[in-house]
Amino acid sequence: MITARREAWTGKLLLVLLMGITLLPFLSLFVTALHPSGTYPPGLSWPGDPHWGNFLQAFQAARMGELLKSSTLIVLGVVPLSLVIGTMAGFAIGHLRTAGRNVLFVGFVLGLTLPFEGIITPLYYQVRDMGLLNTRWAIILPLIGLFMPFSVFWMRAHFVNMPEELSESARIDGANVWQLFWRIHVPLAMPAISSLAILLFLWTWNQFLLAIVLVDDPLKRTMSGALGAFQGQWGTDIPLLSAGSLLILAPTLLIFLAFQRRFVTALLQGSLKG
Amino acid sequence: MTGPTPDKAVDLAERRPGPTARTRSRVRRGGRRGSRLIGWLFVLPALAFYVVFVLRPITLTFQYSLYTWNGIGPSTWAGAGNYLKVFTDPDLFQSILNAVKLIVFFSAIPVLLGLAIASAIRRVAASRLALVARTVIFLPQVIPLVAAGIAWSWLLSSTGVINQVLTAVGLGGVTRAWLGDFSTALPAVGVIGAWVLLGLCTLLLLAGMSKIDPALYEAARLDGAGPLREFVSITLPSLRQEIAVCVTVTVIAALASFDIIYISTQGGPGNATMVPGLEIYYLAFSERQVGVASALAVVLMVLVIAVALPIQWLTRDRSS
Repeated sequence: MITARREAWTGKLLLVLLMGITLLPFLSLFVTALHPSGTYPPGLSWPGDPHWGNFLQAFQAARMGELLKSSTLIVLGVVPLSLVIGTMAGFAIGHLRTAGRNVLFVGFVLGLTLPFEGIITPLYYQVRDMGLLNTRWAIILPLIGLFMPFSVFWMRAHFVNMPEELSESARIDGANVWQLFWRIHVPLAMPAISSLAILLFLWTWNQFLLAIVLVDDPLKRTMSGALGAFQGQWGTDIPLLSAGSLLILAPTLLIFLAFQRRFVTALLQGSLKG
Repeated sequence: MTGPTPDKAVDLAERRPGPTARTRSRVRRGGRRGSRLIGWLFVLPALAFYVVFVLRPITLTFQYSLYTWNGIGPSTWAGAGNYLKVFTDPDLFQSILNAVKLIVFFSAIPVLLGLAIASAIRRVAASRLALVARTVIFLPQVIPLVAAGIAWSWLLSSTGVINQVLTAVGLGGVTRAWLGDFSTALPAVGVIGAWVLLGLCTLLLLAGMSKIDPALYEAARLDGAGPLREFVSITLPSLRQEIAVCVTVTVIAALASFDIIYISTQGGPGNATMVPGLEIYYLAFSERQVGVASALAVVLMVLVIAVALPIQWLTRDRSS
């Protein structure tokens, strides 16, 4: 009894400590952002006269409105199309008796652990030859391809567990494969598809390497890539940089807090399967 | 394209009403054969993107790695020369060594600490505090790594919170600009990675622990096992799969690290925190040594596969 209670206390203490360590960088960014622009505030210290205006100034300096639009356009380019074609491929490999499906599956899985740095050089020349350099397509199209191994892997894992009888009876009722897919299997796959949507959204929004290599104009990049440029430009003005960083990570944070349960489940499952 | 043909064939075969058992079985077989090919139509768009934006660049990386090329002019055959350079040039080889050293911070610390924390908070995992903690601990997974890099650069700077805390506890003597000092820059970058990955590992391991049958622990307690014995004989073996996942994810994060280092140190001071990802970026896009960059890229890809595959095999073998 006594040991159990002591264990519960150490457990709670550790939890609070872990939360503290996790929140420390955010807290530091926040109090620093309130200091007068251009100063070097020492560590964690609440300013005598908090400069809330820094956030407004950073909003304008980072051109947040345009950044949000750009990231949203990129996400809209990547996520819906990836979901549709990833789900179709996962269905064909996991559920249909597609000829050579095992070879296809292994082929896709081999791309799961690929570090993006490994192919960034040829990707640059390829995108340049396609005439897409410095456009949002330079990020959108390669990302669809790069996320495909995971999308296919994820959706196959769902479709492999769907009972064959379901499709048999739909076929006897006269459904062709296309109808079988859209009317029967896609509605049933919605939980898997929405988790995948969350993961793809997050990975697109936070994509950095492709953004800085393939697009020069920060206003056509992802949020993450724009933050890199913002640091380059305002790196010496620590309070402004802190305010800008907080603004740039605010959208993901808000979306995360709104859908936190789905996010945590998706991310945990995502890494377990990946 | 012969696209529509198999589609229509199946349509016809399956729409035909089959009153007798004989026709029905023929219809079904027709459907099967059709779907063997129709499957390819479903895979085709995904495959096209994968081939054009993943497989083709991988092949080209191999090809580039065999030539000397500045990205503009004509290229000349280099054979294995670029690979030789990757392993003999001290700066290039240093970047690979640094990535391997980063595994200690990105992988060993989050997994070991995650195990310790998860087993300590296992008993309070259902409390309201733990639910709040789950959200908080996940934050580093959600924010861009770039933001983590900026926040930590400031924490670790000479006037940052870390030094403030050290001074407060009487360790003012060791304070320094952690990311700017040759001897501490790499561990400091490693700490940032550990911060990012610790929460993920803890929650993954905790989720694994919640699947362990509590009766096992009760039986162990009755047999007089202490917490340590419990951990070694029950917790650890049951978490084989979760540990494998944590190790795979974190080791790949260490070997392929880029964002955090680009933002916090740019590989410096000197070459102290240079990693292959960043080196590839510099070689290909600043120094215009596309061949060497590609050779390093091939080495990095092989290294990642060489680490990921054995871990997958090991866990699969034992669990079957």
